[in-house]
Amino acid sequence: MKTNDVIFQTVAKVVFFMIIFFAVRIFFAGHYYPGGGFVGGLLTSGAIVLLLLAFDMKTVKKGLPIDFKCLIGLGLLFGAGTAAGSLLFNVPFFTHAYDYFQLPLFGKTSLHTAMLFDLGVYFVVIGVTMTIIQTIGESE
Amino acid sequence: MINLPILPILIPLAAAIVLIFLSKSVSAQRIVSVIASTATVISAIIVMAKVKSDGIQTVDMGSWPAPFGITLVSDMLSILLVLTASVITLCVVLYSFRSIGSGRENFYYYPIVQFLLLGVNGSFTTGDIFNLFVFFEIMLMSSYVLIVIGGTKIQLRESIKYILVNVISSAIFVIAVGFLYSVTGSLNMAHISVRISEIGSEPIITVLAVLFLIVFGLKGAIFPLYFWLPGSYAAPPAPILALFGSLLTKVGIYAILRTYTLFFYHDQPFTHDILSMLALLTIVAGVIGALAYRDVKQILIYNIIIAVGILLFGIATMTEESIAGTVFYLIHDMIIKAGLFLLGGIMIYIAGTSNLNKMGGLIRQYPSLGWTFLLASFALAGIPPLSGFTGKLLIVRSGFAESEYVGSIIVLLSSLAVLYSVINLFMAVFWKTPETPLPDVKKRTGLLFVPAAALVVLSVLYGVGTEAVYPYVMQAVDALIQPEIYIDAVLKE
Repeated sequence: MKTNDVIFQTVAKVVFFMIIFFAVRIFFAGHYYPGGGFVGGLLTSGAIVLLLLAFDMKTVKKGLPIDFKCLIGLGLLFGAGTAAGSLLFNVPFFTHAYDYFQLPLFGKTSLHTAMLFDLGVYFVVIGVTMTIIQTIGESE
Repeated sequence: MINLPILPILIPLAAAIVLIFLSKSVSAQRIVSVIASTATVISAIIVMAKVKSDGIQTVDMGSWPAPFGITLVSDMLSILLVLTASVITLCVVLYSFRSIGSGRENFYYYPIVQFLLLGVNGSFTTGDIFNLFVFFEIMLMSSYVLIVIGGTKIQLRESIKYILVNVISSAIFVIAVGFLYSVTGSLNMAHISVRISEIGSEPIITVLAVLFLIVFGLKGAIFPLYFWLPGSYAAPPAPILALFGSLLTKVGIYAILRTYTLFFYHDQPFTHDILSMLALLTIVAGVIGALAYRDVKQILIYNIIIAVGILLFGIATMTEESIAGTVFYLIHDMIIKAGLFLLGGIMIYIAGTSNLNKMGGLIRQYPSLGWTFLLASFALAGIPPLSGFTGKLLIVRSGFAESEYVGSIIVLLSSLAVLYSVINLFMAVFWKTPETPLPDVKKRTGLLFVPAAALVVLSVLYGVGTEAVYPYVMQAVDALIQPEIYIDAVLKE
């Protein structure tokens, strides 16, 4: 039976971006409030899975030409790189730095190097989740 | 540089990350692997020199002071084991070029080996019991991949068993750590030791000691808990088997050594008696297996179990001399087991089978392989002046001094059994007339032979140069026998 999923596909296109923006919001909330790279990463992969359900693997691959296994490497690079940055300043491994900045539009903002580590977690979570889902999906 | 102890952990991690990106090019992966493994060895040597001159090195992760944050502690024992593990990994990586096959090389074999080294080095270095669990998991996840990579039928069957056993033991590990935390209120190993000596020998501490023995016993393959090991280790090819046999079980032994000298030394009549009894049963079980099988892999694998028993007996005797013997024997066993498995791998490659009954006559075409294997066998059995001798001598002597006559005699007799089993192996593979005459064409084994022989040479040097190694080992033993040294270094009191 061929299903007609025009409504699903149209909604998915919009909802995809809503989930992504929410993921970004959750990601940046992570330093002081619940959230962070892990949850943000899961939400983002949730959004991609939605696209996979609405369309098919080929279409999604065309839209997002990313090798998710490389994304794991990239995430690890961010994580290990942030931690190893402390080697340059001769402070204990994993020590993070932060300061307050006056940014246009945002006003007084605190910027942390811990965010870069969290970005690494974000990438690794997307990479691992999508690799697992793709591997299972491909065999069908 | 204050971050020195982190380097033997950080370099494999960095290498693994780079290798993930290079998964398309096998030759680039090989080059990066060799460079990274060499760099790990060099960094370990630098840290060892630093520990020798300045005492125990610690790093408080993220600048959180001990006991609140995670602390990495490089004492002499840790760094000696880290150095040994790194050297073995370098040799195994070199050996893999010609033996592991392009199927595995294309599917992340090299990055996973680096992740395994990261987990092993981390387990040796960490000074936090929960962090030990994390590094154990990194090591185990890498070993799951290594045992299943290649996907032959026997590998798939054995990996299910292996994963099941280890998932259960990891669960018990977390429970035990939670238990320990609720009793002592700390996760920092030095701090736990202080808290436990304040509590004294409460029964709950003894319960915890047994719980941790079960966890580490499952990884380290002690008597009733070794059932999964012979099958699982026989599944993957020789280089992976060498990594498993020389590193994984030894991490379990290291954890027992650390916890039983740092935490659980208050109720020795109970805990250490159990340990000693299990150690002897482990030796007996290993000997039976080693003598019964007619298979290269199985004979060598059961020799792992014998060594585990001897090491545990050294820990259970718990005098300065026996601990020194244990440390000597631990390092010896890591090196020689890796060497033997790599040599065994070459023998299997040449003969095309691991069944002793179908092998034979290799000495004519491969004399250097044969004599190296014989030398390694002697070292394994502990014939002086080779490397197994010093450790066994110290363990047995301290056993007699503590009037553990039965145990000491069993350890001595086990050496005979070890010698018999490996000489039997040597005779069957190299001396005996083969059933089917060997083909005239000699298989090329040069590049396989070099790293394996390097390990055997290292083991011989380790035995002959005992005098030079002695001060290093004794520094490691001091921190084990007197926990105050370790505690003061970590808590900086």
